[in-house]
Amino acid sequence: MVIQFFTYILQGTSVTLAVTLVALPLGLILGLAFALLYNYGGLWVSRLAAVYSLAMRGVPPVALLFVLYFLLSGRLVNLSPFWAGSISLGIISSAYQMEILRGALQAVGESQMIAARAIGMSRFQAIRYIILPQAIRLAIPPWSNEASIVLKDSSLVYALGVPEILRRAQQLSATTQQPFLAFGAAALIYFILVFLANRGLDLLAEKTKLPNAAA
Amino acid sequence: MISFLEFFVRYFPDLLSGIGMTLLLTAEGILAGLVLGLAATLARTYGGKFWRSLAIAYIELFRGTPLLVQLFLLYYGLPGLGIALSREWSAFLALGLNSGAYQAEYLRGSILAVGEEQMLAARAIGMSKWQAIFYIILPQALRLAIPAWANEPVSLLKASSVVFLIAVPELMTRAKMIASRTYDPIRSYLAAAVLYLILVYLVDAAMKWLEQHTRLPGLSQARQK
Amino acid sequence: MREFPPILQAKNLTKTYGENVIFKNISLDVYKGETIVIIGPSGTGKSTLLRCLNLLTPVDSGQIFLEGEEITAPSVNQDQVRQKIGMVFQNFLLFNHLTALGNVMVGLTKVKKMPHNQAKEKALQELERVGLADRAHHYPAQLSGGQQQRVAIARALAMDPLVMLFDEPTSALDPELIGEVLGVMEQLAHEHMTMLVVTHEMGFAREVADRIIFMEKGRIVEEGTPEDLFERPQQARTREFLGRISELYGKREKG
Repeated sequence: MVIQFFTYILQGTSVTLAVTLVALPLGLILGLAFALLYNYGGLWVSRLAAVYSLAMRGVPPVALLFVLYFLLSGRLVNLSPFWAGSISLGIISSAYQMEILRGALQAVGESQMIAARAIGMSRFQAIRYIILPQAIRLAIPPWSNEASIVLKDSSLVYALGVPEILRRAQQLSATTQQPFLAFGAAALIYFILVFLANRGLDLLAEKTKLPNAAA
Repeated sequence: MISFLEFFVRYFPDLLSGIGMTLLLTAEGILAGLVLGLAATLARTYGGKFWRSLAIAYIELFRGTPLLVQLFLLYYGLPGLGIALSREWSAFLALGLNSGAYQAEYLRGSILAVGEEQMLAARAIGMSKWQAIFYIILPQALRLAIPAWANEPVSLLKASSVVFLIAVPELMTRAKMIASRTYDPIRSYLAAAVLYLILVYLVDAAMKWLEQHTRLPGLSQARQK
Repeated sequence: MREFPPILQAKNLTKTYGENVIFKNISLDVYKGETIVIIGPSGTGKSTLLRCLNLLTPVDSGQIFLEGEEITAPSVNQDQVRQKIGMVFQNFLLFNHLTALGNVMVGLTKVKKMPHNQAKEKALQELERVGLADRAHHYPAQLSGGQQQRVAIARALAMDPLVMLFDEPTSALDPELIGEVLGVMEQLAHEHMTMLVVTHEMGFAREVADRIIFMEKGRIVEEGTPEDLFERPQQARTREFLGRISELYGKREKG
């Protein structure tokens, strides 16, 4: 019985992972773009990026998820709940990832840019070859934290009817009348996923660490 | 089609009635979390093996799973074990337990930053371990924790919104009710989002004030010594 | 003076960390009112010895007696013993969240349960004693190193200890601040406070000490009056160490 439980919920796990694997890279791409615009985009672009970040991070993810979901599945375009939900989560995460990357870019500092320009690199080349490789390394530990937040927040698409872990647990709870076991199993699976994600990213941080690099 | 502003003004009283519950849940959750977090940190830092393991298990489990799952486990799961909690109690407990695990980590960081030597100096004038903890370590650790801890009320305020999924009558639930009445979910949730943004801004400002008024000369630099 | 029993007595103390022997079979008698200075190269267990005497670090074997009572016995309330033995640390270790006055008061109000006003009066007296009454409301971060160390001395004195232990009290200070701390300690010696001082300040040792103990590699090599040790050292090791120290001193004074 316990095994059946788990196999049923495990099918939801692939959906949870899929949502995360859409949202996280999307958030990274958008977040990186916004961070670069903030740092190198000139006054007005930079201000716009800052407002975007403040507004997105000042609102609960679930409230934003509902606004974005209804925009993406009916109003602007007509995506399925899975895609609308995943993309919404990615947009929400982009503001948080922007902050992580912005901090890392700042930590690398102006002097690296000056040194790069001094050997004749263009601004773009300096960002691409000198600043980013260092910033991304610095960003890995906080980014790994964000990754587990996105993994956990993926449970919110339950509310959109996407059959991820929590939705599966709820269905099981209804059919088996064993709510504690069903939601307990869901919690355990999340715990293992978050644990594995953290471990994996710790290893990545260890692998990419520069000798004597701070943090 | 009416403008968003008109919509916002029309349904503002409805939403306002949810704000009270949102703030109440946040405040309760922060306080319960502070007590739990403090207890967990003390158990983890100064407790024997049993209490330490218990504290670590609590902290890791609640940080390693989604709040929504914790909420469902309490609200839908516990009745399976013969313990039925009301929506409000489930929401309160889930937020308190969840926040406690995060607050424990903030506090632990600052207790480590205060350092072993302050304990040594306190023991040297004859304080017991717990006297040293309460009179010497915690007063410093709590102050050091404030800048990091000050993010927690904002983050719990935002997190509290998930309790609308068990229909606790707070801000998101009100927005959902408006959405189903008006068939205009985008404006409804956007209105809630705007109100959350204002609340977050206010709580953040309050925390900045707190940070400034608890500062002691040189204490923030204490860890570098 | 010697007809009285020692106020603090250590018998055959041994301390090891794993394979490392910190000190072995150390015995030591401290009599009321005397100032003993312990000298010796770094890493020879002097600081650990002080911490053991104050029960901050447990010894592996041996006994310690305070006023004839064994304080290493398992039944002893260690917190009460530490009230009676004052300790001054190399890096001051003031409580960073309390003012100078608060630092001196906290032991009185929380440990001795003294009423607030009485504690405040006593604390101000102790601050006066170390010449810092006018700094009572400053936080540690607002005080110089020398001032911080004097507050730390006042904090220990406030508990009315039977013995004061000083663990290299001036090693963390800038040269120009050493004098004020040594001055306070010298004054205490004149007031016949019982003191056990680990220091590299040979001038202080020569002037103030009643007895000097030379420790090396976890053993007491030699002990005696300042004249004995400085003028007629019996052991070759002592001569060597004192020679090296005075060389260093010469360099420091030139620099």
